[in-house]
Amino acid sequence: MSDTDKSRRKFIGTSAAAVAGLSIAPGVSLLQTAQARPADQAASSKNRWGLLIDSNKCSSGCDKCVTACFTANWVKEAHGPTDSQWIRKVDLKSLSNGKSHSLPVMCQHCENPPCVDVCPTGASFKRADGIVLVDRHICIGCRYCMMACPYKARSFVHHPLTDQNPEVPRGQGTVEACTLCDYRIDRGELPACVDACNQEGNGAMLFGDLNDPSSEIAKRVATENTTQIRADLQLNPGVRYEGV
Amino acid sequence: MIKVGSHRKIWGVAALAVALMFGILSSASADSGKTQASRVPKPHLVGEKGNKCVRPVSYMRRHHMELLMHHRDEVLHKGIRTKQYNITNCIECHASPKNNSVLGSNQNFCQGCHKYVGVKLDCFECHNPKNVKVKDIAFHPLIVPGKKPDAKPSLADTMRKKMTDARAHQEKSGVVK
Repeated sequence: MSDTDKSRRKFIGTSAAAVAGLSIAPGVSLLQTAQARPADQAASSKNRWGLLIDSNKCSSGCDKCVTACFTANWVKEAHGPTDSQWIRKVDLKSLSNGKSHSLPVMCQHCENPPCVDVCPTGASFKRADGIVLVDRHICIGCRYCMMACPYKARSFVHHPLTDQNPEVPRGQGTVEACTLCDYRIDRGELPACVDACNQEGNGAMLFGDLNDPSSEIAKRVATENTTQIRADLQLNPGVRYEGV
Repeated sequence: MIKVGSHRKIWGVAALAVALMFGILSSASADSGKTQASRVPKPHLVGEKGNKCVRPVSYMRRHHMELLMHHRDEVLHKGIRTKQYNITNCIECHASPKNNSVLGSNQNFCQGCHKYVGVKLDCFECHNPKNVKVKDIAFHPLIVPGKKPDAKPSLADTMRKKMTDARAHQEKSGVVK
């Protein structure tokens, strides 16, 4: 490589950094947390929606987030253990000191989602803003993604459904999981679980934009000791935990 | 006598023939009026609010599936949630006033036409065929739709802030390193 090439690259590098610095400067740009996007505007990769769950504030008896999720998304079939499960409460106990934790676990909205890697039809996909979804129009119900997911986040709909939420179409023969309430996020609202947790007064779930350094969630992830479940898999989930 | 009789007979036959012909013609014309409507049976659809679709009716008859298919990709993959070609927008206008749905009988808009042309309709295995208003959506009793979380910090938040502030203060003043 000639010297001119090198200097050119250096120049591009520094100018790119300068541009990045400008756009990230506080108050200059980037969307605030859960701000409504105009309906005709596409989801942008400038955002990375995420959740921070503080297990210190999450009590083992409370399942308001689970109820809220099922109620808001009209998930209400009751056939047995194979029913859809978008979010569940998990109780953990440390064998060494006996301390117990309780936390909700749902689709972790990975940056490198294994469910997307294995999907043979392209039905499993990641939206530009980091939300991992199933396109049920394309899903053939092979359930490979359910096998691939290390978090057991996905469910298969075994029975015919009626009376779905018009905003949450779902049906037999397809796989589904937590959508992070994408339709609510697009309207500028919080996911149903976070809303319920806040209204219950627990405040254990924080929703926000991990890419926006001025957002509450990004600040806490930057300053506090947060954990990713199965961080060893290097999937970089959008759902982080604290106090585990 | 015979001649006269035969003439009478001929007149009689002719009159009968004319009468019959008129009769046939009139019945034929009545029939043709009926058959023109029934020769090509058309679906009887009920439930169309307003008089204007999002595109001309002739276009919609041939291409509505393309609009829906394009829109579904926009919504799901890109998050573009415009209302015009949204299936819930279609249902809102085309749901039958009888059962508030686009399915149910061959008079209902979607089912009636798809039955008529013999094309399988599978949208409503996942989508709700009823006209359900967003405000009718049952929320969890704890959730007020659209309400933002309280700006007032909880007790835990205040304690946490006190703790982090104290820690920051100690770090600043060199007590803890």
